[in-house]
Amino acid sequence: MSETGERILEVKHVTKRYPAAGHGQLAADYDVNLELYRGRTLGIVGESGCGKSTLARMLASLEPPTEGEILYRGKNLAQLKGEALRLHRQKIQMIFQDPAAAFPPGMRVMDIVCEPLLNFKRIRRHDRETAAKKLLEMVELPGDFALRDPQQMSGGQRQRVGIARALALEPEIVICDEATSALDVSVQKSVTELLVRLQREKNISYCFISHDIALVRAVSHEVAVMYLGNVVEVLPGEQLAEGSLHPYTRALIEAVFDLRGKDGGRTAISGEASGVPDVSEGCPFRQRCRYCTEVCRTERPRLRTVEEGHQVACHLEFREKRRMEKRRLE
Amino acid sequence: MAKILAFIKKNPGFAVCFLLALLVLGVAVFAPLLATHDPYEAVLADAVQAPGAEHWFGTDRMGRDLYSRVIYGARASLTAAFALVCIVMAVGTLLGILSGYFGGILDVVIMRLSDMMVSFPGMVLAIAVAGIMGANLRNAVVAIAVVSWTKYARLARSLVLKIRNRDYIAAARVTGSKTSHILWKYLLPNVLPMIVITGATDIGSMMLEIAGLSFLGFGAQAPAAEWGLMLNEGRAYLTAAPWLMIFPGLAIFITVMIFNLLGDSLRDVLDPGNF
Repeated sequence: MSETGERILEVKHVTKRYPAAGHGQLAADYDVNLELYRGRTLGIVGESGCGKSTLARMLASLEPPTEGEILYRGKNLAQLKGEALRLHRQKIQMIFQDPAAAFPPGMRVMDIVCEPLLNFKRIRRHDRETAAKKLLEMVELPGDFALRDPQQMSGGQRQRVGIARALALEPEIVICDEATSALDVSVQKSVTELLVRLQREKNISYCFISHDIALVRAVSHEVAVMYLGNVVEVLPGEQLAEGSLHPYTRALIEAVFDLRGKDGGRTAISGEASGVPDVSEGCPFRQRCRYCTEVCRTERPRLRTVEEGHQVACHLEFREKRRMEKRRLE
Repeated sequence: MAKILAFIKKNPGFAVCFLLALLVLGVAVFAPLLATHDPYEAVLADAVQAPGAEHWFGTDRMGRDLYSRVIYGARASLTAAFALVCIVMAVGTLLGILSGYFGGILDVVIMRLSDMMVSFPGMVLAIAVAGIMGANLRNAVVAIAVVSWTKYARLARSLVLKIRNRDYIAAARVTGSKTSHILWKYLLPNVLPMIVITGATDIGSMMLEIAGLSFLGFGAQAPAAEWGLMLNEGRAYLTAAPWLMIFPGLAIFITVMIFNLLGDSLRDVLDPGNF
């Protein structure tokens, strides 16, 4: 799968720490390793507070990683400064969760979608209206929306404007941070379809971040599952439902897809994410994992490859685990 | 025209204050037309005359016409106060925005500097600065500016902190806006209304401070026609010739009051409800 595309973004051992209240530090992301390929979608899924958005902000060069590096075509993004960074931004754009908050108050749609083009002098000021109409057409909005105030538009229309702005510079990578989470389910579907269509037409790579595993599964070629700042499993999207192995992924999946059509088949996850655990030792999921053993408490599991394109960070022997799972279901 | 009328109808308080402020400005601008005598011409034979038909406000101990001096005094007070407010607004806003947006070392340096300024009693520090730089009106303006920019810097900084982490600032960065563009097009318009309101309310107190420094001998120097200085000159004759203090005092009182009311009503006009 993954070897067919050209690798354009590589996240290597990225850790992001914030100074925590009192003493010590809080790791929002811990030793994250990911790869993004040309024209493909990498889904990142996890519950709130698992470091998805921090990762998104790092990918969009809004914040530097504390450790590790993010390589765009082999170029370390943390080393870009000033004008070089600004020029690089044309390649990676971002769609924000709440389009209302991502537009400056009082700006018209035309000014919003043309601002990236003006920033890089791709158009002149008096060409704005034509350029805006073209961009709006691309996201299936009527051209006369150009003169409107986003405040007067619906959520779905606003997010389309957000997409138009992100795609104005024809970036290679678009980070979608919960891009459809604020929308109704029906609108969510049409916006997602728009994103998929644009990906096909323009060969864009998406980094699709969401807490909604069903949605991520529907749009992603590869999926990374995150738990408390750690990537616990990476696998091809189509294998998510059937082939996932990590107990956390299983729990997420079974919360959505009832495998056997009856309640007995579900593995309810108990408790809540316990803040950020001591990152130095043990499996991050150990407190909520039903299979937790001694080794899980003392040693952090590393991502290891179980199949081509499928990596898991778990100490359990998977064959053994699947057997346990089957036995329990029967 | 209809628009202006509608505006006046909606904000009658502001309209009245604005007219009064314009009146004061008019007095300053057209001082030569309004004055009945040369404010600097000393006629010692007429010294310390009570108010009357020839000298409306009386004369001072040099025999100068007090009415003309009060009228000319509006020039000194208003120019000094406006210059002061403009300097303080520009410097304070710039430093505040930089401090709030960039944070880090710059923020620490600017804010500790402003803490230092705040920890001194303002007037005492202004006297010290004016004393070191030499006593004249320009130095008095600079001295007061040095101690009063902090208020604006803090205000601008807090407003910037409120919006700097909004998504639209992040979006502006991601879409390749230059930092100067973000500061100018996104942060400044957010900060400006509040700064202008504060500046307008401050004109009055700035005027008082300048008059105060002049009264103490650190501002305008004789023979300038400046209200604070005139108060000081009349101080020795308070019982014998009270008009020497009453009229400049009234001029300060009325002008400061007008600008304070103007500032207050401006806040009501500009206040979009989110401050």
